[in-house]
Amino acid sequence: MNTILEERKSSIRQGGDGSGMGCERGSVAGAVSQRACVYCGARVVLNPITDAFHIVHGPIGCASYTWDIRGSLTSGSERYRNSYSTDLREQDVIFGGAKKLSAAIDELAEHRNAKLVFVYATCIAGVIGDDVDAVCREAERKHDIRAIPVKAPGFSGTKSQGYRMACDALMRLILPHKSDSEIRGVNILGDFNLAGEMWIIKNYLERLGIPVVSAVTGDASYETLIKMPMAQLNLVQCAGSVNYLAKLMEAEFGTPYIKVSFFGIEDIGSSLIRTADALGDARAARLAREFIAEKEAELAPFSARYRPHLEGKRAAIFVGGGFKAISLIRQFSAMGIETVVVGTQTGQPEDYELIGQLVGSDAVILDDANPSELEQFMREKGADILVGGVKERPLAYKLGIAFCDHNHERKHALAGYEGIENFTREIHLSMNSPVRRYMEGGI
Amino acid sequence: MLDMTPAVLSERAALRINPCKTCQPVGAMYAALGVHNCMPHSHGSQGCASYHRTFLSRHFKEPAISSTSSFTEGASVFGGGSNIRTSVKNVFDIYNPDIIAIHTTCLSETIGDDLNAYIQEMEIPEGKYVVHTNTPSYVGSHINGFFNMMCGFIKYLSERGSAKNGKAAIFPGFVNPGDMRELKRIAKLMNTPHIMFPDTSGVLDSPMTGSYEMYPAGGTTIDEVKALGACEKVFALGELTGEEPANVLDRKCGVKYELLPLPIGIENTDKFLMALSRFSKAEVSYELEEERGQLLDVILDAHFYLYGKTAAIYGDPDVALGLMSFALEIGMIPKYVITGTPGEAFERKAAALLAKYSVEGCTVKQSADLFALHQWIKQEKVDIMLGTSYGKQIARAEDIPFVRVGFPILDRYAHSYFPIVGYRGAMRLFESITNTLMDRQDRDAADEDVEPVM
Repeated sequence: MNTILEERKSSIRQGGDGSGMGCERGSVAGAVSQRACVYCGARVVLNPITDAFHIVHGPIGCASYTWDIRGSLTSGSERYRNSYSTDLREQDVIFGGAKKLSAAIDELAEHRNAKLVFVYATCIAGVIGDDVDAVCREAERKHDIRAIPVKAPGFSGTKSQGYRMACDALMRLILPHKSDSEIRGVNILGDFNLAGEMWIIKNYLERLGIPVVSAVTGDASYETLIKMPMAQLNLVQCAGSVNYLAKLMEAEFGTPYIKVSFFGIEDIGSSLIRTADALGDARAARLAREFIAEKEAELAPFSARYRPHLEGKRAAIFVGGGFKAISLIRQFSAMGIETVVVGTQTGQPEDYELIGQLVGSDAVILDDANPSELEQFMREKGADILVGGVKERPLAYKLGIAFCDHNHERKHALAGYEGIENFTREIHLSMNSPVRRYMEGGI
Repeated sequence: MLDMTPAVLSERAALRINPCKTCQPVGAMYAALGVHNCMPHSHGSQGCASYHRTFLSRHFKEPAISSTSSFTEGASVFGGGSNIRTSVKNVFDIYNPDIIAIHTTCLSETIGDDLNAYIQEMEIPEGKYVVHTNTPSYVGSHINGFFNMMCGFIKYLSERGSAKNGKAAIFPGFVNPGDMRELKRIAKLMNTPHIMFPDTSGVLDSPMTGSYEMYPAGGTTIDEVKALGACEKVFALGELTGEEPANVLDRKCGVKYELLPLPIGIENTDKFLMALSRFSKAEVSYELEEERGQLLDVILDAHFYLYGKTAAIYGDPDVALGLMSFALEIGMIPKYVITGTPGEAFERKAAALLAKYSVEGCTVKQSADLFALHQWIKQEKVDIMLGTSYGKQIARAEDIPFVRVGFPILDRYAHSYFPIVGYRGAMRLFESITNTLMDRQDRDAADEDVEPVM
């Protein structure tokens, strides 16, 4: 069983060199892939927009699997946490579903005070010939709302294509609000406010005197999003999902952007300073240095207390985007933990190159791994802990490997200095749980 | 979160809000995981397999495997024939199952992929099997997917054989591994040699051993699926889930079946035991008599806390009907009973139950959603909710005591290891319901009324 598919070989590197990785392609037919689809990519990016109606146009499954699972917090409307769909039935498939979609939007507009609607057309909408664009156009005219089609059939590429579709949808939303006036402040792109993480970053920036205009899409609403074109700078956080939006905004509105990460002690500090520098704000830069020094000093005794429990352990990482993996490798290294296996679902060639530079020379790098590959390499490299998402958790536990959720199911923030404490505690808790004593020797 | 749900009902013909069902393929995947050494295969976009695996993992807290045809633009235009051929080859080469159980998706159904033809034409290694079923996501729900996959196995594999094997086949319905274990225990106590199909016990409740087994020890074996055709009789549990596969087996191999409600509660369990007793000619064992007596004993002990209490029950049709039946047995009023799965039979069976207990003023609906249920609750509240995790927001918004039962439960642990079927399962349900109501009474009581004795 420990053989590797021929087609997969270019997506797996042993020896820590991440250059020229095979990535950004569909999973191999027949693979037990850990990877999601185009619709999923589009939906996860847009879902946190709190006051939007997210309507899934398709059979019920895609609506039910994405119902209230994102973990993004809101300070306003909770509308986005409901599941809306056209629940297409057999006769809709035969006679077309456009009418039903149109009626569904009518029902929302008439009874539920809709302002912004995203229509996600899943696998079969296009195949059965539904003109989702026309339905949306008509709905906008009829109800004086924004109805934005997101044509995201699962088969039309990988999850990354879904991210691009979400970015296009956002551009479509904000384009009419292009303006010559500027608001002081930044947009945070690619923070979904999981466990309130966007709020943590927002507070940091406000300490430096930098207001946040809007986030994409954590705790975002129609009103905050349409101000985006007026911000001075875009901070791109989850680059895999929104780098494309930053490029579009730069071209369209002239908004410059920088890539940041607020995960891990090294990246938080450098991101705050680079933000101040990019704004040419000397006062903010000075405040940032003071703030970082203060926070790092606060964190030092905490980290020192935990370090003996963590030092020398080995970590495996399997996450969605490349940027997240990079931050994790850096933070593990700050904790005295070596990353021995690292994989992503949607990493880009340049991510893998950087990953290759950060990890040790015998680390394994994987794109779109499957459970057998993860198992094989975690065993081979003696990983003590796996950082991943929902499908990886039970796998790790079956192997007796500790686990940290870095996806949507966690209820505590991992970003910012608070996040480092949470992360450290969680790694410690899972790796050093007393239950492990009963697992090692067996009965 | 659901504070915004308006109490006033508005006509909703096109819009589904907060569903009480999901699509067929996930049910098919669950059924296929109940066959030993089987790789479920999703013939569609890669996202389908990913969502279904995630969904099952969230409920069972176990790895749930499946391979995918990974449809591309090309496949959606030219058909998924080459995808499925490559898939089958790769799956046997790399993951080495004994059998691949293919289910379709909305996409492969809509473009008209003919799996029969594809499978007939493909090369299947000696001693290995490939079966399939059609699970269009736009028909029925995950319950249909579950029984359709059962039909698929039966159509491909079950054989009449040269002689009857003296066994009963038990179709457990869409229940947890803990329930399947309990059904097997009961059958054993009733001296009934049997084949449980499908059987996810030992698969989705497998122990932690320090190694990852892609195919854990449990599951109905291929030989057992074949031998279904030589069984004396089928006990198909869950009248709305079990009928179709029982029918298919009857038509193919002439095995007669008895359709029974899921054995949830006293009477439904009695029926199951009596059916087994008629089959095996065994008396009901003392052990089961004792369990029944214990169940009645605890119900009597606590019946004051339950009598006349109203409940909202929602979930899969057979589970909802079973819960409804048990609620009536313990004196509760099943004020609202809904399922998202379409099918008029659900309403007929529920109406018959209400008539039997002369209970009026209850609302029962198939093809319903949780948004509608919430609106009804806003108009007239209930004392307790029984159903899946998706009701938790309603329970919170309306401050209603809540017992998690059914599929899926995404926010609690260990539930799938314990049964709700049989007398023991009923006792467990009874304990949860009573404790939940009594906890609420304690919570709301004035200081002077809180005493250790209740």
